[in-house]
Amino acid sequence: MEILKPAVAGTLESSDCMVTVEPGAGQIDLDLTSSVIRQFGPQIRKVIAETLDRLEVTDARVTVVDKGALDCTIKARVEAAVFRSNGIKQNIPWGGAIK
Amino acid sequence: MNPALNPNKKRLRRSMMFLNAQKPGLIKDPYVYGPDSIMLDLEDAVAMKEKDAARYSLFHALREINYRGVERVVRINGLDSDMWEEDIRCSVAGGCDSIRIPKTETAEDVKRVEAVVEASELQYGREPGSVLIMAALESAKGVLNALEICEASPRLFGIALSGGDYTKDLQTVITGTGVELMGARQHMIIAARAAGVQCFDTVWTNLNDMEGFRKDVETIKAMGFDGKSIINPRQIPIVHDIYTPTQKEIIFAEKVVKEIDEKSAQGIGVFTVDGKMIDIAFYDGAKRTLMLAKAAGKYKGNL
Repeated sequence: MEILKPAVAGTLESSDCMVTVEPGAGQIDLDLTSSVIRQFGPQIRKVIAETLDRLEVTDARVTVVDKGALDCTIKARVEAAVFRSNGIKQNIPWGGAIK
Repeated sequence: MNPALNPNKKRLRRSMMFLNAQKPGLIKDPYVYGPDSIMLDLEDAVAMKEKDAARYSLFHALREINYRGVERVVRINGLDSDMWEEDIRCSVAGGCDSIRIPKTETAEDVKRVEAVVEASELQYGREPGSVLIMAALESAKGVLNALEICEASPRLFGIALSGGDYTKDLQTVITGTGVELMGARQHMIIAARAAGVQCFDTVWTNLNDMEGFRKDVETIKAMGFDGKSIINPRQIPIVHDIYTPTQKEIIFAEKVVKEIDEKSAQGIGVFTVDGKMIDIAFYDGAKRTLMLAKAAGKYKGNL
């Protein structure tokens, strides 16, 4: 998927994360801030990268502010931001690109 | 699977706790409070601009969080919205146990949901008949149509009163005395029993009045309700306490079940247990007493 316009999903509440996606400069640029970055930084980066990969996003600036979110929440917020950037709200590929 | 024979139709549902599907902090570990069911809400708890985001959150929670046997019901958006079909697809694909229909008014409402649930089971490889349905009645019309709603689908396991909207429709308010809910409660439990499905009471929203809450639960238990909708974990132990049979009731129920099993094998239909006349009509009630006792950890037998 292409990132058509900037989009945000998630909150800064505990156990959540806020994900912003913007059109990129030819690749994925990830800016990650996390309250648990020392312990979980690599795992969070991995989840974000895999989620973007499933959605076939190859060109985006991604900013994630993590407040101790579980993997399932990180995935959900990345997906919500990417689909929002495309204005898609129906016929989501549940169990396909979303899994 | 024939949905009418789905073993989950009759499962224990003393406490059904609402949780906002959009709040990761709420949905990550609600099983620690021990509710019988959670109702992950895509409807009123979720702001209009977060409806899309709530679905991704719900989908992954259903797929990845181990709710340890707690039933996972999803409350979808109303059938007057353009969201409810996508809500069902997301929920069924995620692996939910049941769908709760808000603002149900007719059997037709249940059938519309049933059709999308059925199609989604096929589409996402779920066992046909595995996803159940419950209907919330939130208006005078819905309450009056309780029986046709209860009989609308073999997937329907029960109906729930939603007191907030219902009292608005009656042009009154929730008083805390229950007087404004009397007719709906009585009508709904009769309809549910006539159709052989479960019946659940509305939420109690005043968390500062736990004594009033206890009385409310005692009332609906005495009326025959299977359980109560819950908005806060603090309410769960009170409901479970009220729905726990006494030791005397447990011993009697155990005797009744044993005796009926033995006597019916001998061809005897009516007999006495502790001086009380007993026949097959007591069997289901005694079984239910033992199920409630087991859930409360008060009965370790194998009946």
